[in-house]
Amino acid sequence: MKTLSVNHLLGIKYITRDDIELIFETAEHFKEVINRPIKKVPSLRDITIANIFFENSTRTKLSFELAEKRLSADTISFSAAQSSVKKGETLIDTVNNILSMKVDMVVMRHSNPGAAYFLSQNVNARIINAGDGAHEHPTQALLDSFTIREKLGEIGGKKIVIVGDILHSRVALSNIFALQKQGAEVRVCGPKTLIPKHIESLGVKYEPNLRKALEWCDVANMLRIQNERLDVNYFPSTREYTQQYGLDKDLLDSLNKEIIVMHPGPINRGVEITSDVADSKQSVILEQVENGVAVRMAVIYLLASKIQ
Amino acid sequence: MFLSVLQLRYPDNIVILRHNHISTMHSKVLLTAKDVDIILHRLACQLVEKHLDFSQTVLIGLQPRGRFLAERIAQILEKEYQISHIELGFLDITFFRDDFRRTEKPLEANKTHINFLVEDKKVIFIDDVLYTGRSIRSALTAIQSFGRPADIELLVLIDRRFSRHLPIQPDYRGRQVDAIANEKVKVQWKDIDADTDQVLLVDDNPT
Repeated sequence: MKTLSVNHLLGIKYITRDDIELIFETAEHFKEVINRPIKKVPSLRDITIANIFFENSTRTKLSFELAEKRLSADTISFSAAQSSVKKGETLIDTVNNILSMKVDMVVMRHSNPGAAYFLSQNVNARIINAGDGAHEHPTQALLDSFTIREKLGEIGGKKIVIVGDILHSRVALSNIFALQKQGAEVRVCGPKTLIPKHIESLGVKYEPNLRKALEWCDVANMLRIQNERLDVNYFPSTREYTQQYGLDKDLLDSLNKEIIVMHPGPINRGVEITSDVADSKQSVILEQVENGVAVRMAVIYLLASKIQ
Repeated sequence: MFLSVLQLRYPDNIVILRHNHISTMHSKVLLTAKDVDIILHRLACQLVEKHLDFSQTVLIGLQPRGRFLAERIAQILEKEYQISHIELGFLDITFFRDDFRRTEKPLEANKTHINFLVEDKKVIFIDDVLYTGRSIRSALTAIQSFGRPADIELLVLIDRRFSRHLPIQPDYRGRQVDAIANEKVKVQWKDIDADTDQVLLVDDNPT
């Protein structure tokens, strides 16, 4: 019988290709479950999960909560804005207080890279990283890969380009790890200022020209410009960014093949992709969201099965 | 060999087996291909007697092993009783089991394939071996995800007597078997896991 090699999901970097495969196999079963008339299974009825979001989130938080509820886990959720964090409580204290209410698993988003790892070393619960600063967002990368796999059959040998703000993107890093572990080739594209300096050391090529990048790839993952993280001006104006790196229907149709367009959300319509691209049949944005619930159910189920 | 197997056949299809504890043999054939064939036909016949044209009836094979039996029964119904349009589904109960986190091994799921609603239908659960009854309990919960059946019946090839943990009994049984706890009843199917259809009694911890 197969089981995950890790006790926490802190990042794609720490898991193996077999783990990814196991998560996908399990997620396929859960995808069937969430398409039933009654979308719920009782597996985790004796497990309690805390969703702790120190950073804003709509999709990820809803997706995790739904995944937990579909597994029949008890859930508690809080956002930093309403919590004692504002009163000066430390992260470990906050989480330990929650754990003393008998919580088995913690899903956490935090603005500091490594926050999930830090927590896993200091508290007694299973940790799932729902995004830690510009570091990793493992479940997003897993659901992206799951969606590509569903569309193209397999990931090995496929070409994926990640476009946009690579520098501040945890989605980009997790995706690079996940896709490479599954044997795909990854390139990044975007303004030089938004590309990390040593990106080549990850085995990722930089392609400055969007058209060339799109002509090379099978899948384009268009990232959002994270205005909240842009502390200085990385490009002259949003308009200029859109002209250079925005994907519109004319560009998409002028390519010599049909590529798949992905976006981790939230979309800034008219900036990184136009509305007609986001809503076109080549876009799998809403499939990504649906798969997100199934993949998160799989991750939670597999980690919960290791709780003694 | 020091094997002494006392095998008594009662009129109502009960097989009683007593193994000598110094047995060196690890498995014994309970049912041969011919036995299995006769039993499958009888079970199919019993189903037809009660469900006639199967217009309100659906067959649900319980994954993983009940699937093969369900397919065989459906085949017989189609070929020999000319019943077309049999609704056949496969139900995986992994996520409904009551031993999640209680076993050493993690529970691994199988595919559920039910592309019809069971609302107001007569459901027949099909499994190869009925042992503790816990899988059936899980299946009773799991099937509710697909609607509220009119009624549910249970068909098993092998009914292990005196081993139930729950008050669950089959409506259609192939053969009753008495086996002790560390013995396993294995149903093997031709083209799937053996050269021929057969039912084996396997000693799990041979001495």
